[in-house]
Amino acid sequence: MIEVRGLHYTYPTGLEALKGIDLTVGDGEFLAVMGQNGAGKTTLVKHFNGLLKPTTGQVLVDGVSTVDVSVAKLSRNVGFVFQNPDHQLFSETVEDEIAFALKNFGFEEAVIEKQVDWALNLLDIVQYRKTSPFMLSGGERKRVALASILAWDPKVIILDEPTIGQDHLQKEKLRQFIMQLNAQKKTVVVVTHDVEFVAECNPRVILMREGKILVDGKAEQILTEPVVLAQASIVPPQVTQIFLGLADLGLPSNVIDVDEAVEILLNRLRANS
Amino acid sequence: MANQTLDVIKTQNLAYTYPGATTPSIRDVSITIRKGDFVILTGPSGCGKTTLCRCFNGLIPHFYSGNLEGEIIVCGLNVADYKIHQLARHVGLVFQNPENQLFALSVEKDVAFGLENFAVPREEMRKRVDWALQMAGITELSERPPHELSGGQQQRVAIASVLAMRPEIIVLDEPTSFLDPVGAEKIFEVINALNKKLGITIILVEHRLDLAAKYAHNVIVMDKGTVVLKGAPRDIFTSDEARLLGVGIPKATKLYQHLRQHGIELETVPVTPAETADLLREALRET
Repeated sequence: MIEVRGLHYTYPTGLEALKGIDLTVGDGEFLAVMGQNGAGKTTLVKHFNGLLKPTTGQVLVDGVSTVDVSVAKLSRNVGFVFQNPDHQLFSETVEDEIAFALKNFGFEEAVIEKQVDWALNLLDIVQYRKTSPFMLSGGERKRVALASILAWDPKVIILDEPTIGQDHLQKEKLRQFIMQLNAQKKTVVVVTHDVEFVAECNPRVILMREGKILVDGKAEQILTEPVVLAQASIVPPQVTQIFLGLADLGLPSNVIDVDEAVEILLNRLRANS
Repeated sequence: MANQTLDVIKTQNLAYTYPGATTPSIRDVSITIRKGDFVILTGPSGCGKTTLCRCFNGLIPHFYSGNLEGEIIVCGLNVADYKIHQLARHVGLVFQNPENQLFALSVEKDVAFGLENFAVPREEMRKRVDWALQMAGITELSERPPHELSGGQQQRVAIASVLAMRPEIIVLDEPTSFLDPVGAEKIFEVINALNKKLGITIILVEHRLDLAAKYAHNVIVMDKGTVVLKGAPRDIFTSDEARLLGVGIPKATKLYQHLRQHGIELETVPVTPAETADLLREALRET
């Protein structure tokens, strides 16, 4: 779905943010991009919908180079939910906000109405239909931003730090919701620092540092490598920290999930007694 | 008088309704926060946490109009009777996104800004700025433009700016949510040092309790505009109410709870991975 070849990107200020990225994201894949502040995570994903164009190298979306198509056209396939929802929202009501892109893409009125209702329900913001997005809390604005992207049903959904400002229940909802999108064969790319969230989703993970990809693999491999994680300013999930701390007792060191942890511990405790 | 100095914040049936709103954002809030306390304020989004914090430094009712009922006393001052700048000497506020707070051309100037407004003598200002930079661990950044710094460094500049005012209370609204985990941990360590070394009262608004829980003495949980739970982290995290409200309990505590449901009792309630690992080590040895 997304193919990145030898990508370098230098900002007009001279800052070299990406220093040679090669990456393939398959159709229907779920990828988490992690790494320290300033590692180039957001710069990388902004190439996926053509917001940024490579200084050198190439980015292909669905086989087409992002240099050859407009952002508007790419957006039909690739929806981008910004880290700060205020960079995205501008309409007078939540409803208008969600309808805006649909109108631009030329959907029929009846379809727009249906999609707006669907998205409002999905993100649990029906009660704010007529409210100004700017009256809402940070977490709620984020859900409006997400609803406005999902409404036009893009094939690829990019979420930049979606869990910031979300409480525990909303985060759980967001997780179920991403898993559901992924089950529907959507390609999902999430930029995040939230190790516990990634541990719960167990997607493919790339770890970035200083404009390069450090490692690429399944969450349960990457998040259980404390030495590599430290290079990217990431701390292992709490469950992993516990198991790493008990490695000398013969417990496995690659556990990221609470339920799995409970099962292993129960077996051990019962076998011993 | 003794009570006044020990209780840095005291609210009595506090309620507030934003202008134009039909229902109050907070209601019936009666809390006491003691000097030197480290309190985590949490609860579902939209529960009124930020609104309550705006009362602590007088933004409510002096900047936001609307309707304030009940009473709030901060550092012995009735908030309704004092201006924001008078309260700013006692209560410092640090926001989620430091970009919203920093604006000067150098870190040093940003940190000095609040003091300039109070006409603090030059020599005293120098002393306080250096001290604040040192406490925040950013002395070497003093000449740098804030906008060129990393998010974690910027947040430390924001903390230093507040600290230079020598407040008795610092309120931080999700100060680490934009930071990578290592950057977040550094911020929590700075906050913890302000609390433990300087005795500054800390009120931390936070959803992610994994990193912050170990520093806190007390947790206040709000829901639908009012305070529903208050107590020590270990007690709050294991209460049924917290689970039902969806408080983001640390995974280290969650593991303890799951084991307990399966009949495995560990000796105490852990709030950090290291504590859980120690308790498990003990349990595995015993069996």
